Amino acid sequence: MTANLFRISSAVTRIGALLSVACFMATTGHAAARTLTVYTYDSFTAEWGPGPIIKKAFEATCGDCSIDFVPLDSSASILNRILLEGESTKADIVLGLDTNLMAIAEDTGLLAPSHVETKELKLPIDWESDIFVPYDFGYFAFVYDTEAIDSPPTSFDDLIGAPDNVKIIIQDPRTSTPGLGLLLWMKSVYGDEAAEKWEALQPRILTVTKGWSESYFSLFLNGEAPMVLSYSTSPGYHMAVDETERYQAAAFDEGHYLQIEVAALLKSSDNQQLGQEFLTFLHSNEAQSAIPLGNVMYPVTDIGSAMPPAFEKLIQPTEVLLFSPEEVRDHRRNWVDEWLEASSR
Amino acid sequence: MRLPWWSTGSLALLLILLLAGLPLLAIALEAGQINLPSVLSNAYTQRVIRFSIVQAALSTLLSLGLAIPVALALSHEPRFPGRSTLITLYSLSLVIPTVVAIFGIVAVYGRTGWFNTFLTSLSIEPLSLYGLNGILLAHVFFNMPFATRVLLQSLDGIPGEQWRLATQLGMPYRSRFRHIEWPALRPSLPGLTALIFALCFTSFAIVMTLGGGPRATTIEVAIYQALRFDFDLNMAVTLACIQLVLCTVLMVFSTLLARHIDSTIGFSGLLKPVRWRPTNTHRWIGILTISIATMFVLLPLLGLVFATANTKFLTVITDSLTLLAIGNTLVTAVVSAFLSVALALGLLISTRHLRVRLHHERAGIWLQLAGNIILVLPPLVLGTGLFLLLQPLADVFSLALLLVIAINSLTALPFVVRMLEAPMMQAGRQHDRLLQSLGIDAWHRWRIIDWPLLRRPIGLALAVAATLSAGDLTAIALFGSERFKTLPLLLYQRMGSYRLDEAAVTAGILLALCLFLFASLQRIIGGRAHA
Amino acid sequence: MLELNELRYSVAGLSWYFEHQASTHSVNAILGKSGSGKSTLLNLIAGFLQPQSGDILWHGQSLLKLPPDQRPVTSLFQHHNLFPHLTVEQNVGLGLHPGLKLNPGERQKLLNVLDQVGLPDQSHKRPAELSGGEQQRVALARCLLRQRPILILDEPFSALDADTRRGMIELTLDVIEQYQPCVFMVTHDVRDADAMGADMLEIRENRLFHVN
Repeated sequence: MTANLFRISSAVTRIGALLSVACFMATTGHAAARTLTVYTYDSFTAEWGPGPIIKKAFEATCGDCSIDFVPLDSSASILNRILLEGESTKADIVLGLDTNLMAIAEDTGLLAPSHVETKELKLPIDWESDIFVPYDFGYFAFVYDTEAIDSPPTSFDDLIGAPDNVKIIIQDPRTSTPGLGLLLWMKSVYGDEAAEKWEALQPRILTVTKGWSESYFSLFLNGEAPMVLSYSTSPGYHMAVDETERYQAAAFDEGHYLQIEVAALLKSSDNQQLGQEFLTFLHSNEAQSAIPLGNVMYPVTDIGSAMPPAFEKLIQPTEVLLFSPEEVRDHRRNWVDEWLEASSR
Repeated sequence: MRLPWWSTGSLALLLILLLAGLPLLAIALEAGQINLPSVLSNAYTQRVIRFSIVQAALSTLLSLGLAIPVALALSHEPRFPGRSTLITLYSLSLVIPTVVAIFGIVAVYGRTGWFNTFLTSLSIEPLSLYGLNGILLAHVFFNMPFATRVLLQSLDGIPGEQWRLATQLGMPYRSRFRHIEWPALRPSLPGLTALIFALCFTSFAIVMTLGGGPRATTIEVAIYQALRFDFDLNMAVTLACIQLVLCTVLMVFSTLLARHIDSTIGFSGLLKPVRWRPTNTHRWIGILTISIATMFVLLPLLGLVFATANTKFLTVITDSLTLLAIGNTLVTAVVSAFLSVALALGLLISTRHLRVRLHHERAGIWLQLAGNIILVLPPLVLGTGLFLLLQPLADVFSLALLLVIAINSLTALPFVVRMLEAPMMQAGRQHDRLLQSLGIDAWHRWRIIDWPLLRRPIGLALAVAATLSAGDLTAIALFGSERFKTLPLLLYQRMGSYRLDEAAVTAGILLALCLFLFASLQRIIGGRAHA
Repeated sequence: MLELNELRYSVAGLSWYFEHQASTHSVNAILGKSGSGKSTLLNLIAGFLQPQSGDILWHGQSLLKLPPDQRPVTSLFQHHNLFPHLTVEQNVGLGLHPGLKLNPGERQKLLNVLDQVGLPDQSHKRPAELSGGEQQRVALARCLLRQRPILILDEPFSALDADTRRGMIELTLDVIEQYQPCVFMVTHDVRDADAMGADMLEIRENRLFHVN
């Protein structure tokens, strides 16, 4: 059956030719000598995010170096990716993990000490890690549309008992740090009752999205739901940039859960020196000034007049809630399973 | 030099076994270490399994329940203006990439879509697209037109004498339905049910985009989440094993039931003579049914077209990400289509020898069934196996192109085998003794006989396989990354983030690309119409 | 001489036994009811079927091991003698080379043969453009061209109308006259066999008999 062998061999030649084209297309765009590869989440590098400003400013200070942001679809993806790639990872820096993922990330043994001074930072808690460098923080909160909701819920119990038109959009704790944040927030408020409360909350939930930006931009701002899990800082952007007070955060009596976002250097990086410079640069005035309106979070240093006045009007948590990274590491699996079970009912 | 008849089939089988068997083995080895009873007693797993079954059952019920009246209405209105265009439109839903259709569906039925705007203007509580609602809507969008076409074919096959007899006997419509139409529809129903159920049961892109959380998760999506969200291989393997068992059961059922379904693409659009004169009321109901069904299929497409024409058009179409994704999509689509058709021809050349020349009909059909491997081993199960197999050896994501091609070619294989089987067997049966007596064999047979006779069906099979692969969101969701994206993935991500205008343009480009691939492959390979 | 030696063939619960000797230039007509096994016998000789036991000898040499195209046999069937997508010339040319690689001499021979069967200037037509009788002539031309010493005619006239049939029989007789093959023909019409001046054989109860 030579005929068919020929067919196959010609197909193979074709595949070969096409493959080489595709590989070429896939590999072009790799950059020059002193390049710092940074794995981060996509909204950080978006044109409106802080990424482009920080990249430009850092590249101006270091001469021939350049930053190559690799935008992954979520914080969990950053962690999964370095787990999967191990020591052969191309990343020099991971940026976008948070306090909740710190212990898990540290356990991989892939991260190196930062040698960045963190004692002077303006954080709601004392910073102890010598691996992770905080670059911003914020409190999880439900943001609501004042045109759709007159009196927002003031506590989780209030939210659970809210009328039918109060629907919320939340994020999946397996993929999104705000999603995990809400899980921990509920856990720190309700403890062992969290599972029941999750079940009671189900009728309020319109949908669970994979990432925060899907929830916030595609659904909430398009009017798909009147309320969304976000940050207490989110209204600051609308007030400062859109000049509207339409979107506000609901203050909860139980307090709000804290998120501190961090970056870290990989042990396997060939650019330890440059990496440390970048991590230090994250605390520079230029970088921190890009945070409030770029990442819509609080900066970790005092940026003085660069702080948008609108941030003064944001709600302040009556109590700051936070689990230690180790507690999260030890219980995350179980708590996520508990959530999955309660939410699939 | 004569290569034995089984050489092409063995080569194809070997390739299929490498692509599917090794991952399966990897899953089996891994599964040995899992405590299955404990996982099965997990409430979440149970709910995911239950939801997979329930949504598939409801989708099947709705699709068929709506397809029957639409098929009847179309069959009663043989001279309805634009009938054949309509029927072509119904076959289009087979070729449109799932994500593109989803985009259209969101544009129409989303909270801010046309439909809900209309409802709100009537002060009716808007419909939520997320969760079971959305899944059912999308499944009906895809399967109702398909079922309508199959049922309409059965109805069109009713001999004219039966209608004339019914008219002479003065049968009222109820008895016509009972004695003429229902008996014509009934034989197709079990097969259609099994087929649509199987499609909805393993549907991935729809559930992933419209599912909305743990309450509406199917096994396929749960596998994806275990792999991509948690990197939890144990969970993925467990779910893959469950899916494997359920799909095998389904496949056995649908093979037994679906033997008489002809799911070929293409349509004869001939005008049928009027069979009977329906009453005016009856006609109005029929026309209303047809109009509603047409709106249902057409609106999302219109929604897409309107959305595509926006200010972002030029930016997106010249964007380097888009261009790269177009290139990647073309390469994966074309290569996997050729691979798929090569595998199918390899199998069929050997099974034709078994069935036609050696009269081992059953053995031939068994060998042919190898092409259906993906029905037992759906893309995500296969993907899990490939993950297990390759993850210790290499960076899985750097192999994305190859893996996506491999999975997509196997995904298209059942369709390709089905499309090529009939023409190949027919060409073989008709000429077998002549070919033998003249000693036309192997290369000569391919060049002089098979290729000229089969290039049209081969062109069509390539076109369908390439279109399927170009619209794939399953394999690419699993293996795609910022380093390798195809248009469907880009569209999914643009839809997922806030960039709806960009998503609309991306959807438009993807649709245009699919139509282009379909038309050009059919033209280049299939040649001009002759014979 | 063609010898069928204790030839046994069985399929699906039926079994046949054939024992016969035909001289090198004889014309043999096989009669019998439909389903009696006439075509089975031809298929065995042509090599489309393999017997369970016994032998088929041509001039003392067994044919059983040879594939159909290497046997000294050429066949004319009732239907599907031509490939619909190939021209008359190509269809006939396949009788000389299965890959259609013909040298000028062979091509000339091919055109001559088409002349002989009364189809000059039709070489570029496709079968669909010809009548049923003309199509059978093309097939006959191929048999003539191949000059295989055993000619098998499997009801080649059955599908033709009376006039065409008469012409076709005459033409076949011409062909037989020209190269004197050993002919086996299956027919359900004794008159065809008579017109061909054939020795009559009949299959009854799965065996082959002479008819006197």
